[in-house]
Amino acid sequence: MTLNSLPILSILIWTPIIGGIWALIAGDRQEQTVKYFSFAVSVITFIFSVILYCQFDPSYAGMQFIEETDWIKAFDIKYHLGVDGIALPLIMLTSFTTILVILAAWEVIEKHISYYMCAFLILTGLMNGVFVALDAILFYVYWEAMLIPMFLIIGIWGGPNRVYATIKFFLYTFLGSVFMLVAFLYLYSVAGSFNIQALHDVPLTLTAQKFIFVAFFLAFAVKIPMWPVHTWLPDAHVEAPTGGSVILAAIMLKMGGYGFLRFSLPITPDASLFFDDAMIMLSLIAIVYIGFVALVQEDMKKLIAYSSISHMGFVTLGFFIPFSIVAATGASSGAIMGMEGAMMQMISHGFISAAMFLCVGVMYDRMHSRMIKDYGGVVNSMPYFAAFMMLFAMANAGLPGTSGFVGEFLVILSSFEASFWIAFTAAITLILGAAYTLWMYKRVVFGEVTKESVAELKDINGREAFILFLLAIVILTFGIWPAPIFEVMHASVEQLIEHVLQTKIL
Amino acid sequence: MMNNMEQIYLAIVLAPLIGALMAGLFGKIIGRSGAHCVTIIGVATSSILSMVAYKYHMFDGGEIYNQDLYTWLSSGGIDFKIGFLIDSLSVTMMVVVTFVSWMIHIYTIGYMHDDPGYQRFFSYISLFTFAMLMLVMSNNFLQLFFGWEAVGLVSYLLIGFWYKKETAIFANMKAFLVNRVGDFGFLLGIAAVLMTFNSLDYAEIFSNVAQHADATITIWGDEPWSLMTVICICLFIGAMGKSAQVPLHVWLPDSMEGPTPISALIHAATMVTAGIFMVSRMSPLFELSETALSFILVIGSITALFMGLLGLVQNDIKRVVAYSTLSQLGYMTVALGASAYAAAMFHLVTHAFFKALLFLAAGAVIIVMHHEQDMRKMGGLYKVMPITWLTCLFGTLALIGFPGTSGFFSKDAIIEAVHHSTLAGSGFAYFSVMAGVFITALYSFRLFFMTFHGKQRMDMETWKHLHEAPVVVTVPLIVLAIPSLILGAFLIGPMLFGEYFGDAIYVASTGGHDVLAQMGEDYHGIGGFLLHSVQHPLVLILMSSGIFVAWLCYIKFPDIPAKVVSKIGPVHKLLVNKYGFDDFNQLVFAKGSTGIGQLLWRIGDINIIDGFFVNGTAKSVRVFSSIVRHVQSGYLYHYAFSIIIGLLVLLAIFVHGVLG
Repeated sequence: MTLNSLPILSILIWTPIIGGIWALIAGDRQEQTVKYFSFAVSVITFIFSVILYCQFDPSYAGMQFIEETDWIKAFDIKYHLGVDGIALPLIMLTSFTTILVILAAWEVIEKHISYYMCAFLILTGLMNGVFVALDAILFYVYWEAMLIPMFLIIGIWGGPNRVYATIKFFLYTFLGSVFMLVAFLYLYSVAGSFNIQALHDVPLTLTAQKFIFVAFFLAFAVKIPMWPVHTWLPDAHVEAPTGGSVILAAIMLKMGGYGFLRFSLPITPDASLFFDDAMIMLSLIAIVYIGFVALVQEDMKKLIAYSSISHMGFVTLGFFIPFSIVAATGASSGAIMGMEGAMMQMISHGFISAAMFLCVGVMYDRMHSRMIKDYGGVVNSMPYFAAFMMLFAMANAGLPGTSGFVGEFLVILSSFEASFWIAFTAAITLILGAAYTLWMYKRVVFGEVTKESVAELKDINGREAFILFLLAIVILTFGIWPAPIFEVMHASVEQLIEHVLQTKIL
Repeated sequence: MMNNMEQIYLAIVLAPLIGALMAGLFGKIIGRSGAHCVTIIGVATSSILSMVAYKYHMFDGGEIYNQDLYTWLSSGGIDFKIGFLIDSLSVTMMVVVTFVSWMIHIYTIGYMHDDPGYQRFFSYISLFTFAMLMLVMSNNFLQLFFGWEAVGLVSYLLIGFWYKKETAIFANMKAFLVNRVGDFGFLLGIAAVLMTFNSLDYAEIFSNVAQHADATITIWGDEPWSLMTVICICLFIGAMGKSAQVPLHVWLPDSMEGPTPISALIHAATMVTAGIFMVSRMSPLFELSETALSFILVIGSITALFMGLLGLVQNDIKRVVAYSTLSQLGYMTVALGASAYAAAMFHLVTHAFFKALLFLAAGAVIIVMHHEQDMRKMGGLYKVMPITWLTCLFGTLALIGFPGTSGFFSKDAIIEAVHHSTLAGSGFAYFSVMAGVFITALYSFRLFFMTFHGKQRMDMETWKHLHEAPVVVTVPLIVLAIPSLILGAFLIGPMLFGEYFGDAIYVASTGGHDVLAQMGEDYHGIGGFLLHSVQHPLVLILMSSGIFVAWLCYIKFPDIPAKVVSKIGPVHKLLVNKYGFDDFNQLVFAKGSTGIGQLLWRIGDINIIDGFFVNGTAKSVRVFSSIVRHVQSGYLYHYAFSIIIGLLVLLAIFVHGVLG
């Protein structure tokens, strides 16, 4: 059996799920074994994602590594998988992040670590499933199933207010997704298929498109999240354990973005054009409004959560700016740049938000506080940690040379072609992003030690240093040389742009 | 030769980076001397190779090097690349940057001798050298912006080097944020350039510049704006941040909280001149917009004059030099506005040497005085620190433009150039730079007299232990004093009136832009230039009266300043408050944005979105269900009754449907 004939996408989904089930069976009695086992599973999954990257043909725009079997014949629902240049980077990100969260839990999670590992492994499999599903119902199943482990992670290993947060998280996202299901059912009635690629090509009236767009919007805008449906995120982050926050910020938010690219834009291109101005407006509000809100947060996790929302504003801006660029210039080159910049922003934010949440986690494990005022002068007792956090803070502020710069840069450059004022508003993030990040860093890390508890802090250990080091390398590498990420997505993004610029109205 | 040069350019950039990484990552292992050895070797290599490159380009007639190293990314048909453009402009900057940096590395051994962050400091200043070289050697806007932000980062790290000091960590955040305001404009400028030229590569932009000269863009209403004006003003806003022009100057005086070597390197000689360099590099663009040039001219003259005035009331020795830096940057900016880019670059070069020298001399005084920076507690130091005294005198003379020194040639050239300029605002600019001459002489000699002459105002215990600074400190002072004195005489001819910059700087030959060419018609060697200033002695008179007033007030009758202060109370207060810029920014921008943040968060997020919509929905569901709950009474006859009612209703609808 050669590598090419392996069902590699199924392997990416089922390896972590089966590993997770095993961890569940092994249970608390074999904690050590389960920890090493889970680590091994996450590494193996990542290796398979690397193999996927190597085998991937970047010149081909369509789906690759397709797997297709009947699942529920009566409704023509299929177990149908495939990957293109848009999903591939997200799969790599998911598999990579899983390794980090498993390592981050190592000595920190004290109760039921086996179940904790189980939840994360199963979650990984489901998230990979979301990115490769080509059948709408299969996608929906993965999408909703994913909520369960996350619900448990926050609900069991979360902070004191976890019940409110989990219910808010669950209801918010569940409510959104139900509308998506309704849209799928309607589309099935029109197209007679749940095949996503078939749905891309099905002609629809503008009115139908508008309704479908709104239904999708409720699902994806909540997930990414866009203003004003963002308020579940800060609460969920604050209560979630470190690993939960990392997965939430690094991967789950990206599913909203992925949803826009896979469903909203290609299935309802005319409605996307119709709602274009509104989407751009909401994105800009997210960038600026949320930037100001982040500035006054007193809880570090809330601050980073708000900063995530603000960064996601660039993603939605990049996704919806192409219409305005084409309207203004008549050419699609700027449109491609905007969309690819938004993709890059998603990937980069995965690394940077993971790094920021892990940093807060490192401090929280020692001090059991997330409040900025409980810190001050951390650099005196934790100099290595302070150096890492400086790098991540600068990446969060979008400093050139880190991956955080690339996406914002491209989105701002391209949106200038649409309108001076859109670029102007988006560029305010240069100031606000630096302000909230560095002000937090100043109050937490710099300064004289005034508190006994800070003076007694121990610097990061080898395991923590290793995790942060991995992230630092990735963030710098893609800041200095982002080309590898862009090469795999060119063909698919170009095809997508071409598709969404054509009307689907009969 | 070309191939060899490519390796040399790479080595120039990478040597300081390697030094920085070694000292930063392995500082513990290689120790203190290891750290300074490895970084000094790195920066010395870079400096010597820069001189080789200088010789190759300026004397051996080497070709301009313009090559890409690698593609950073490509998207939407545009290739973003990393590459070098080495011509007379960049090679000049390379020599200045690496040479000053080298001297400051050596000086640091003495200045930071007892500091626990020794290795970290060397790592940072080497990293700075790398970033600055990336900036000046770039052949495109992307890399320029990378270097631009990277020097800002290192500046941030170095201002906050003493991270326990509350003022220092406030100053570094302020510096970063104010620079970000500039970068905001800069980035929009870059976006406008990309939109116009479909490329960020300098050569490609300059070769297509003519066809976009008359392009317009609508920004506000229907009024079309000249695209070039928009681009140039946006780019210049970036320069205003980095080169500390009013009103984005507020970060530079505060940056003095950092250790003195970096005040000399970053906040005097190199980084703050990045804006001047950038505008000179972009001269083909700026030449197309007289509006932008006038804007630059006015901003520059305001900075040159009003920031100089602030230097008069400072008592902190470093802050006087800092305000003088602001004022001198204003002079350079004025030269840019008058299209005398070469004169701006000339002043940049001479200023780099004499201002670094002045800062290092101030630093020498500060370490000898055990970190005392208040000039009111100094005086009479010439007796104990002769080398520092003499070199500082040379630096001061160069700064005020004493005839024959480097500063004389570069500053006089700027004054002459402004005099020739016919742009809107040039009259005000001429007044400002002339008045600036008097003010510069006054505050410079005020500093010099208060520090080195007059009564010894420190206590006797301190006085007894005073001594000359160590050799690692005095050697850089001496080395920097030489170019401060003589470099100007060598450079003026070729740089301003010769073919020094060649095609690197472009000045339109029409519209009276080329003021240097007009001056060149009357230029007959440095002797003639000197003679000219004697025949038109206004500048010399202003300068000497400045020195004279300083002598009167601080040597002859030391009680005059206090009397003057009591006479002009409000004016003095205005100066001490720095015209209120800091208070205004604190009140409007700092307080204002946290206020907006609180408002949006508490009212927008918590009250409206969460309170009303989210939890309100939840609440209404609860209220609704609490009503509906009563229906579930548990009595069978209630249910039976409701089933019958329901059936009747359905029947009624069905019948209605069938009949209707």
